[in-house]
Amino acid sequence: MTNWTQAQAPGNPPKSNAITDVACPFCGLVCDDLELARDEKGLHVTKNGCEKAVAGFERNVDGAKPQIEGRDVDLATAIQAATALIRKSSLPLYGGLGTDVNGIRSVMALADKSGGVVDHALSEGQYRNFRVLQTTGWIMTTLTETRNRADVIIVVGTDIQKLHPRFFERIVNVEASLLSETPAKRTVIFIGKGLDQSAVKGPRIGEIVTLPCDLDRVGEIVGALSAEIRGTPSSADSVAGVPAADIRALVERLKSAAYPVFVWAPPGLNFPNADLVVSAVSDLVKELNVKWRAAGLALGGNEGAISAGAVSSWQSGYPLRVSFASGKPDYDFLRYAIPRMIANGEGDLLVWLASFTPDLGPPATKIPTIVLGTPGIKLASPPAVFIPVGTPGADHGGRIIRVDNVVSLPLRDLGRSKLPKASDIFGAIELAL
Amino acid sequence: MLIKFTGGTVYDPLNGVNGEVRDIYAQDGRIVATPPPGARVDAEYALNGRVVMAGAIDPHSHIGGGKVTIGRMLLPEDHQGHEVSRTELMRSGCGHAVPSTMTTGYRYAEMGYTAAFEPAMLPANARQAHLEMGDTPMIDKGAFVMLGNDDFFLRALAGKKDFSFIKDYIAWTMHAAQALAVKIVNPGGISAFKFNQRKMDLDEKHVFYGLTPRDIILTLARGMKELGVPHPIHIHGCNLGVPGSMDSTLATIRGAEGLPLHLTHIQFHSYGTEGDMKFSSGAPQIAELLNQTPNVSIDIGQIMFGQTCTASGDSMRQYGNTKSSNPKKWVVMDIECDNGCGVVPMKYRDKSYVNALQWAIGLELFLLVNDPWRIFLTTDHPNGAPFYYYPHLIRLLMDRTFRNEMLEKLHPGAQAATILKTLNREYSLYEIAIMTRAGPAKSLGLRDRGHLGAGAVADITVYEDNAQDREAMFKTPLFVFKNGEQIVKNGKVVKVVAGATHVVRPDYDKGIEKTLREYFDRYHTVKLDNFRLSDQEIVDSNCGHTGGECGCVIVQPSGPRIS
Ligand code: SF4
Ligand SMILES: [Zn+2]
Ligand SMILES: [Zn+2]
Repeated sequence: MTNWTQAQAPGNPPKSNAITDVACPFCGLVCDDLELARDEKGLHVTKNGCEKAVAGFERNVDGAKPQIEGRDVDLATAIQAATALIRKSSLPLYGGLGTDVNGIRSVMALADKSGGVVDHALSEGQYRNFRVLQTTGWIMTTLTETRNRADVIIVVGTDIQKLHPRFFERIVNVEASLLSETPAKRTVIFIGKGLDQSAVKGPRIGEIVTLPCDLDRVGEIVGALSAEIRGTPSSADSVAGVPAADIRALVERLKSAAYPVFVWAPPGLNFPNADLVVSAVSDLVKELNVKWRAAGLALGGNEGAISAGAVSSWQSGYPLRVSFASGKPDYDFLRYAIPRMIANGEGDLLVWLASFTPDLGPPATKIPTIVLGTPGIKLASPPAVFIPVGTPGADHGGRIIRVDNVVSLPLRDLGRSKLPKASDIFGAIELAL
Repeated sequence: MLIKFTGGTVYDPLNGVNGEVRDIYAQDGRIVATPPPGARVDAEYALNGRVVMAGAIDPHSHIGGGKVTIGRMLLPEDHQGHEVSRTELMRSGCGHAVPSTMTTGYRYAEMGYTAAFEPAMLPANARQAHLEMGDTPMIDKGAFVMLGNDDFFLRALAGKKDFSFIKDYIAWTMHAAQALAVKIVNPGGISAFKFNQRKMDLDEKHVFYGLTPRDIILTLARGMKELGVPHPIHIHGCNLGVPGSMDSTLATIRGAEGLPLHLTHIQFHSYGTEGDMKFSSGAPQIAELLNQTPNVSIDIGQIMFGQTCTASGDSMRQYGNTKSSNPKKWVVMDIECDNGCGVVPMKYRDKSYVNALQWAIGLELFLLVNDPWRIFLTTDHPNGAPFYYYPHLIRLLMDRTFRNEMLEKLHPGAQAATILKTLNREYSLYEIAIMTRAGPAKSLGLRDRGHLGAGAVADITVYEDNAQDREAMFKTPLFVFKNGEQIVKNGKVVKVVAGATHVVRPDYDKGIEKTLREYFDRYHTVKLDNFRLSDQEIVDSNCGHTGGECGCVIVQPSGPRIS
């Protein structure tokens, strides 16, 4: 646990009783430059935290008790009750999965042993990406590469600000670039109307261009850009309400750019067949790379979703939506989507893990539910077993994989509470099974 | 605990033992010369007629890190039908081209391997690489950290920084990323691709930094030597997979200036441009030069026919290779002002002229390079083929009749374009033991592995001798011991253990952290102290809840630093 009196990292001198270089697990960006202090009321984000970070770190988690059917019990009794339910279940569904690497490791081990299904609460969004990855693949980049290299940033149909409040500050409007002592201003292009541009400001921001189409039609614009680049433009005067001339102008910009980066956040593409947008962007990026350079950058990955997808992939071969009921991993991203399974009455036990934000409550279901949750988690009714667990990076240490699927960061034990780790609870259950 | 292995036929090249019948004693996990007087033998294995070697060591196998997992995510159809059931002891998984981590560990052990090394760990991805290796049970692990395409290094070199500064940076990175050695992939080319440069020959300049691959290779080669890192700079050279790549490979060997180099998966860099297909074997010329160049070692990266998935840091060349992608889907990435990667599925076909000749080129190299201490047996898993083809590959090397039978099934044009048929060499068991144990251990600086002398860790593999079918022999060892404990019997796991992680920690001047900290603060999205991996993280990683015991970090000694 962090020793608050001497725990400064050796960077800039922090305020007294504050620690620096703290990694934040409350969205997929995992900013690691936060400064926090602690007083008798709890943790305070004193520097570099966005509103999500403040809400996440400064929440009061004291006093939560394990419960069985809404009655307080001790932890051992709750673990026993959970073990009994899992032992009895013929198809437990392990959902939520808002946790860090060790947490998801423990879920995988338990799901393997108990013959269950694993799926993350935000898989629906992630699968907009995975489907494209598994069909055509893509050319991608990462946060530091974008921060230093991108001269044009194209935001495709998603409200980045809402999901990742510090994206523009940390990646786009940055003072320095490795490639030039006097880096040029950047062009930011929004495809889609009504996207929050309030944070797109500052000395590095040059022109801001908007192609104002409806969000569910961004795919058409992206398709038209590809067609132009392939040399097979459509003859229409406008596409999704955007004049053809504006599309041609954007194509010229892309061709003369050194390193345009197309940014989207799959959870923000919230309409039917949104994976087709991801697919269209990937095709466009590939098209550009025949002659020029360009890359994609997919955001999202909140609530530990990236860690869950990665660990599931390296341990089972598949990025979630895997059933271990037959004793070996059985993958079907439609069939083993937990929301679909619950709606169709499949599975006889829901085991829900959400250790970051209280919003990630379990879905309403008639089957018995075990919840390992951060205190205050939204619950429609008292679950069969509730075990309050710590948040990795606040109540205990851990590691988490960042949204670009490359960097992972250590999460610190800030000593916010003595809540147990989900991985210890699942580990105990696995041993007892 | 004292164990006696009685009467086996021992092949232990590091101690000069070539097929002699010997007794071996292991006490508390280590081999001892003779048991202490009066000591009681707790367990004895009668091994008469059996072949005894140290546990095998794979010096180049992509077992952990982001690109391998991208490969896993990319190819669900390749896992399907190859799922592996959970057992009382083992976790479930899958295993074809890119097996899941646990399955990888079990399969290595079941094949008599007790260590495998990840050769392409990106500094930016080091934590994940170690996490994945932590989920790979049974075997010892370690990783080579990729340098020489990262902007910090290129800026330092282009800015003519002091060589001691560059060495401090190399050493600091090895510490921070917990590495055993250093690899360079397409020297400068990964970075150049980010500037839209599509090709880089040994003396071609990087468009932005003005450096050539030759500059970068020599800097790192000298760096390794002067830092006292046992393994020489591990080079994935220029022009991966390009017809004509033999020229830059020959030039790289000639340009070594006497410095130790290791050229990895050299098969993929040994192509000429002769013949109607403009694709020919450069193996004879390369082998001839290697035979005269004792400072250069190689591994092959043998291909085998079937579906696999190539996963490389070489974004520049892998982008070029996407035209051969099968199935037609692939991933290329630019990564963190650090590195890149390219993941491209491949299906090598024996009826394809090019693929058949690639197969023959690998075998030509194996048979033409004389010194088994400088050539290691690899398929560059999973790039040439998955690692579990090794027993088949060993048979190809040990059994000329079998090899020629295989050759006759291939594309006739390729048969005509290879001299393989004229090569009569058959590897001996002693040479196989060199190539798969003693050589890699020596090259990597694993002083207490890869041999059976007193003081060595008791990682021991016992085979039933089978001269008729070496593939069957090497596929199903009778016993495998890890740290003196039996972990495999008759080719099946009987006990799950965690392996250790090997690192090397050359000296450096801590003053470099000031410069690095500023650099991280100014340009990166990760803070220096969060970038660095602690020992504890690796130990924790090895603590799975199912089976296994804590794996530890083993610091292998480095030599003295020169200035
Ligand atoms: S942007 Fe995301 S990671 Fe950064 S401080 Fe806000 S919630 Fe935390
Ligand atoms: Zn390579
Ligand atoms: Zn390799």
